Amino acid sequence: MSKLSRNSALEESPRFQEPASRRDFLGLAAIWSAVAAFGAALIGSLRLPMPSVFPESNSRVKIGHPERYPKGSVTHLPELRLWVFHDAKGLYSISSICTHLGCIAGRSADGIFRCPCHGSIFAPDGKVLQGPAPTPLHWIAMGLSPDGQLLVDTAINVPLGTRLPV
Amino acid sequence: MTTTPVEKSINGRQPPVEVSPALEERGGLPAFLANLKALPDTARDSVVRHGVPTSDRARSQTVFSNFFLHVMSVRVHLRSLKFSATMGLGIILLVLFGILTFTGILLMVYYKPAVDLAYDSMKDIIYVVPSGRFIRNIHRWAAHGMVLCVFLHMARVFYTAAYKKPREFNWVIGMALFVLTLGLSFTGYLLPWDQLAFWACTIGANIAQSPRELTDALGITASLDIGGMQKELLLGAHYVGQEALVRFYVLHVVVLPLVLTLFAAVHIWRIRKDGGLAKPAETVPPRPTGKDVEAPSMTAMTPKQGDPSTRTWGLMALMKGRTPAVGKELRNTIPAYPNALYAIAALAMLTTAVMLFLGYFFDAPLKELANPGIPENPAKAPWYFLGLQEMVSYSAFMGGVGIPAVVILGLALIPYLDREREIPGRWICGQEGIRVAWQTALFSFLFTVALLTFTVNFGWLRNWFLEIPQIIITFVNPGTVLVTAFIVWSLGIIGKTRSTRMSAIALFTCFIVAFVVLTYFATVHRGPNWDFYWWPSQWPTH
Repeated sequence: MSKLSRNSALEESPRFQEPASRRDFLGLAAIWSAVAAFGAALIGSLRLPMPSVFPESNSRVKIGHPERYPKGSVTHLPELRLWVFHDAKGLYSISSICTHLGCIAGRSADGIFRCPCHGSIFAPDGKVLQGPAPTPLHWIAMGLSPDGQLLVDTAINVPLGTRLPV
Repeated sequence: MTTTPVEKSINGRQPPVEVSPALEERGGLPAFLANLKALPDTARDSVVRHGVPTSDRARSQTVFSNFFLHVMSVRVHLRSLKFSATMGLGIILLVLFGILTFTGILLMVYYKPAVDLAYDSMKDIIYVVPSGRFIRNIHRWAAHGMVLCVFLHMARVFYTAAYKKPREFNWVIGMALFVLTLGLSFTGYLLPWDQLAFWACTIGANIAQSPRELTDALGITASLDIGGMQKELLLGAHYVGQEALVRFYVLHVVVLPLVLTLFAAVHIWRIRKDGGLAKPAETVPPRPTGKDVEAPSMTAMTPKQGDPSTRTWGLMALMKGRTPAVGKELRNTIPAYPNALYAIAALAMLTTAVMLFLGYFFDAPLKELANPGIPENPAKAPWYFLGLQEMVSYSAFMGGVGIPAVVILGLALIPYLDREREIPGRWICGQEGIRVAWQTALFSFLFTVALLTFTVNFGWLRNWFLEIPQIIITFVNPGTVLVTAFIVWSLGIIGKTRSTRMSAIALFTCFIVAFVVLTYFATVHRGPNWDFYWWPSQWPTH
């Protein structure tokens, strides 16, 4: 008779579950604690492939004395993927690494940078003219080291138009 | 010791040599010698626990008890063996994966995953190692074949409505297998450490970093740099180098094949448990004819004489369903052994033969040594990623992450959003489906071509408004326009036909056609600097 008093429509549903008994509760608690333990162990293990030290060499490089870059010159440093310019206001350098997906943009005689991979085009000052690149080409931090050589840090970007007065 | 009558009758072989009880009791040397004499027989019997089956029933029993055969059901529907039902694509994929594993292990013998050695070891494999070039060629062709067959298999399953209940989740597993196959291809082509390898991997890693396009626009990159984390996880550095090579190697030879094997096992197991391939229910069972039907199956055993208490019964299977399945669905089925076995063996031979042919006559390319200073121009991905590369040339994040995620998610959800009951296993749902598919194919083709023509001729937002914020281009670019148009079209089909299945056919057809058009376009009409050219012969020489 007690069955009649229950909600029979609910019981017939395939999702109907009896309220958990004590035994079920202990079993479920055991299973879920095992799941939690293994989950925590898994997440902990996944910390391993996230490097805390990167294998790259120092991003701060000396590129010679300022005399190497006379006024009006444009110098390509392919190893550093860098173009060094010297105009009326001073020295500056632009990275040729395309801000879209990391290909190397080539610079043609008119000063325009063109990326071969997906067609981004940048103005001589690095601004995006066309294509999918989300930001201008990076301007790279420059400075003078105590021995008088020019220093660039390829990991540090500076705002467009920042120049090193010489 | 008693052997049951059943066992004796189904094993087509004489019962094993029995040592007489007298000899057994004596023990010692004579028993040892007798055991030694019987060794070949007893050893074989312990390995293969059934004899050579000579009757249909014995063969069924064999399928049932043999680990390697039990992936097949005991009996297979005649329709499932028809080429037009499946085109054998699932089996071909399995064979290709087997070929890839085999040739891959052979290549691992000589390949060295180190930046300084990888390219040289590739040269060794091609020019020095006995049959190295041949094995590498086969590995490459099988990899391309697998990607192609995954696409075709997906299309077959979709158009025959084989994803319907109860096979919804198996379709989702299929999606996972699709992504894993592409992942295996991608990690595979970094390993030669040639120009394609290096730049494809650089681009891939930067696509992983491209959520920055979004976080930069929102100004939260400093606190939540998902893109940067993904790239560091993939490369172990900020550029493609030794760390990245080892990571890709581990993914390619261990992680992804293991996961793929697991998923493929579940995929196949579920096909078995869902009652084999999807097929239309038989409304009017035809009259039994032919000798196969005369001895229907093991489920209808001929009654044996004698005392029932001495008979041996086996539990054959626990089946879902309300009524006993005895005698049902047996018409038009034939024993899987040998019929399905022959079909599988034939497909395996054919696939292997094609791979041997391709591997013998067509060399896998190896470009020059990776040069981090100069990318190739144009730097083109393999054919199956070229459609994506075209998308990426509109927006890195949308083309490389956003749209692929939406497409994969959309495909995976199809079985849950289209729950109409319809005849499973039938191609494109009859006349109406064929009409919808053709109309949609035409629409998708024209729309994609028109959009590409427009983009090539007039450019996109940045060409008109130079200072436009990136976030607008991220969300409004030819790729998103295409996806939106497809979604709108499919919703229109729902409205017109009042059928979610028709809408699903429309959506799927849209994407297939667009994929083909984009792949063709990027292959033929994109040249240096990703500029448009009518033919590769017009590319400027430098």
